This record gives sequence, C-alpha cells and structure tokens, in this order.
Amino acid sequence: MIINGVVIDATFAEAFPMKATRVIITAQNEKWALIAAQTMTGFATSVIACGCEAGIERTLSPDETPDGRPGVAVLFFAMGGKGLAKQLETRAGQCVLTSPTSALFAGISGGKPLPLGKNLRYFGDGFQIAKKIGGQRYWRIPVMDGEFLVEATTGTAEAVGGGNFLVLAASPEQGLTACEAAIDAMRKIPNVIMPFPGGVVRSGSKVGSKYPALGASTNDAFCPTLKGVVKSELSEDIESVLEIVIDGLSKEDIDKAMRAGISAICELGAANGVRRISAGNYGGKLGPYHFHLQEILA
Amino acid sequence: MSALTFTFKQNTAQRVDLSPLVSQNLHGLSAAEIAALELQAGNARLPVAELFDISGADVQDIVIANATAKLDYIGKSSAGGKISVLGDAGAYTGMQLQGGSISVSGNAGLYLGCELKNGSIVVGGNAGDYVGGALPGNKQGMRGGSIIIKGNAGSRVGDHLRRGQILIEGDAGDYLGSRMLAGTIAVLGQVGRYPGFAMRRGTLLLWNTPPLPAYFNDCGANTFAFLPLLFASFKGLNSRFADSGLAFSRARRYGGDIVEGGRGEILVKV
Repeated sequence: MIINGVVIDATFAEAFPMKATRVIITAQNEKWALIAAQTMTGFATSVIACGCEAGIERTLSPDETPDGRPGVAVLFFAMGGKGLAKQLETRAGQCVLTSPTSALFAGISGGKPLPLGKNLRYFGDGFQIAKKIGGQRYWRIPVMDGEFLVEATTGTAEAVGGGNFLVLAASPEQGLTACEAAIDAMRKIPNVIMPFPGGVVRSGSKVGSKYPALGASTNDAFCPTLKGVVKSELSEDIESVLEIVIDGLSKEDIDKAMRAGISAICELGAANGVRRISAGNYGGKLGPYHFHLQEILA
Repeated sequence: MSALTFTFKQNTAQRVDLSPLVSQNLHGLSAAEIAALELQAGNARLPVAELFDISGADVQDIVIANATAKLDYIGKSSAGGKISVLGDAGAYTGMQLQGGSISVSGNAGLYLGCELKNGSIVVGGNAGDYVGGALPGNKQGMRGGSIIIKGNAGSRVGDHLRRGQILIEGDAGDYLGSRMLAGTIAVLGQVGRYPGFAMRRGTLLLWNTPPLPAYFNDCGANTFAFLPLLFASFKGLNSRFADSGLAFSRARRYGGDIVEGGRGEILVKV
C-alpha cells in the first residue's frame, strides 16, 4: 500500500491488555490545571520503569467539569489494578494535592473503584470532611490555600496498551516534523494517550536482549547506524525512525488514533521526506491485540 | 393502573397509625384484603375501610387524600414507590423510610423523616420539631436521602443527623442541627437560637447569619470548592434550592461545637 508516496508496510503492531482509569483535575484557571496534570503525569512514559503510563487526554471547559472550573482529563494505564492504584494515589498526593487551587475528580465510572481521596483524606489530620453529593462521596481536606476537594474513588476500565507505529524518514528533522503532525491529529481522539515525550519515542525496543537480565533492548533492525551490521529493516535512504506509542481504553480507540496519526503523516507525504510507515511487530510475542496497518488505513 | 387512593373520612377523634399502608405490605393484596387491614386508631383497631374510602389499585402510587394531622406514621419504613399526602400529615411521617418518595401538600407534624434511611420527602407547608432526628434514646437520626420543607421547620431539626440533607426554604427553629454527627442542613430563612448545639460534624448551610452561640468560633471567609457541586446537585429538585441564583461558593465558616472538637461547621453566605 502506498499513500502519497509513503509506503505502508504489510505488518501489524502488537499491544497488550492493561488496566486504566481517568481522573479530572480542575483549578482556578487552565494554566494551573495543566500544571497539576503535567506534574501528575511526569515520569510516566512506560510501565517498564515508571510503574504506569499516563498522559493528558485533553483540556476541559468549565461546563465539562464537576465544579464548573477549567480542567484537564488525565488517563492512567498500568499492567494491573494494584499497581494502578498505587501510582494513582502517590501521584494524586504528591502532584495534585500539592498544586494550588486544584481539585480532583473521578473521570470514569464502573469497574473496581480505585482510591483517590479515600486514603488522601488522612492528610487532613482529623479535620477532613466527607460530603456525599449526588450519590458520590467527596473529601474536603483543609490545606493552606483553603480546601482540597477530592472525590473518594474513581473507576477502572479494561484497556489496551502499546499500540504503535513507526515513522521512517529521510532525515531526523523530517521524521520529527511528521510525528508532530501525527500527534496533533491524534490528540483530538478521545480515550487515548501517547505517553512518551511529546508523544514520540526515539528508542523503540525489541523483546529480549543479549544480556539475560534485560527483557527489552534497542530495536536494532530499525537503527539507521546499524544498517550494515544487523539484519536491518531499513533501506539506504532512511536516516531516522521514530515511534508513536498509543494507550487506549479500547482497541477501537487505538484504531482511530492510529488512523488519524498515519493519515496526517501521509498528507505530508514523500515530498516531505517520509518514506515508510511500519509497526512494532514482535511475532506475536508481545500481546494479543494486533493492529494491521493496511487494514486500519483501508 | 390508577393510584391507590385512601380518602380519609375524618370520622374519628383519635390519632391513626397508617404505617401498614406502604407498598411492600399492600403488594399482592386484593381490594377486599386491603379494606380489611386493621389500623390502630387510639386504643381501637379499625379496618381501613371504616376510616377511608378506597379507590384505585397501584400500590406503587399511594395517595392519602383529605388528610389531617391525626394521621401518623405515613410511609413508615416504606421500601419504595410514591406516597402523596393531600392535606396535612401527622407525626413520624416517613419515619425510617428506606426508599421512594413522600410528598405532603400541607403541613407535617413532629419527627418528620426521623431515622430516614433513603428516599426523599417533600413538604409543601411547615414541619414540626425533630425533622430527620433520632427517636428518643437512639443515637443516630436520618442517615441518607433528603427532606425538603417549603415552609418553616420547628426546633431541633437534624437532631443526631448522621447523613443526608435537609433543605428548608423558610425558617428553622432553635437548636438547628443539635447533636449532629454528619450530613448537611440548608436554611434559606432565619434560624433560631443555639444552632449546632453539641454538633460533632456536618454542615449547616445558611443564607442569613444566625445568632451565633459561644461554642462556635469564626474561621473567616473563604471559597469552598464543594459548594458548586452541592448546588449543582439541587438543580433537579422541586424546590427554591434549584434556583441557581441562590448558589454561592464564598462563605464565612464558623467551626463548632468547640466542646465536641470543633469539627462541625456553620457556613454563612457572604
């Protein structure tokens, strides 16, 4: 398949099941809601070492938030519910509770409830106040700028993590420009995040390593400087490969995000240095969800 | 199916206990069986048909028509459905209500919604003392649901209140929220003496500054993030509280009862 001069490989990306949740952070203005959200989702690029993958889904207008203030929706993904709960609680406590004027609400219902304010309330040292409003339980925790309002729990959802595609370009600059266009398009799709820096990964990995202690290592088949010494996937004219990783609440959400991202890249086309679109295919070793590039774009 | 309607004949000088006339007791009974149910009236037990004209059949939609303040325990422990009282209701209306709704077009007597567990009560007129309170000797009053009073309420509203909300559009009497454990009481009108007496936790939300007792201390004015959520939850109510013009998020906070640790609060609109 070739779109606007860009070759779409006949391959598929592999993804795996994860547990996910969404929270809504509000503040007196969007600036401070974003500060809290960015802090909460820092160091959350990969479950390999961060404990969770997290990102800002989108900003919310005052009429979309529970307390009528500007807000941000944040998605969290982890391999299991326990790990997700731990990450959520730690990050809520250190990054949102601490952020001036913030409030924190559940952004998803159903599934096993995850504590938000349920345990954070003890920070109130006995002065915390519970309020049940509209069937939901909230905690008011006195803090130095007034009160931190936090919903007691949020819900969980079965989700999919690790959807991805690779952008093969003639130069690093052209590859990054293409990825930026893709991320801009993908951020408009609900229920997904691209957890890596700016949504883009330059250190894609393969499963396994020559070092027994490592479960993953550099994806040598896509490293341009190793073209001559490994069984490379790259042709002579490719100097840069970047990866976009997508976590979503469902396979369909990731399908939509991949379609939006790859389509945006193909609009730039071969004239802007984009040569191929491929995917992280690990021969079925990574996960049960398969995203066939050509089917998604058909 | 039309509402099961009990029209009070007003042919007794005695108080009548209407607690048997709730949906879970009437479900599956024929009209004759309902008519033969016995009600305590003073020291006598009288069949329903002797006190009421009965029409309709829907036990989930019960109407008590021509009602007076002599009819006690309306909707006691009712587990669901709708009860509409056309006229006044006596004491203990909605006592230990477990679900569903009760509306009273006139006034309600003492202990309205006492120990209410869930569901909602709306009173078009005034209510007596101990709204949402605990029965004498018990330690927990209302523990869920909501009570709306469109008129005034008597003394000791929310005595021992554990959870849920009581919304009073008019005035409230003395000892509002006495011995309150948690929950919310909102009053649009004036409040009597000694509000929050022996209150341990919970919120008295007031539009007018009450006569502040010595056992409450001023914590200053602030913006409270939970108030917009609370007012938003009122929006669907058949009440003046649904009027967004009444909503506020800035309030002066008074902490008390200091004797009980000062963890309750009176929030007054500023």
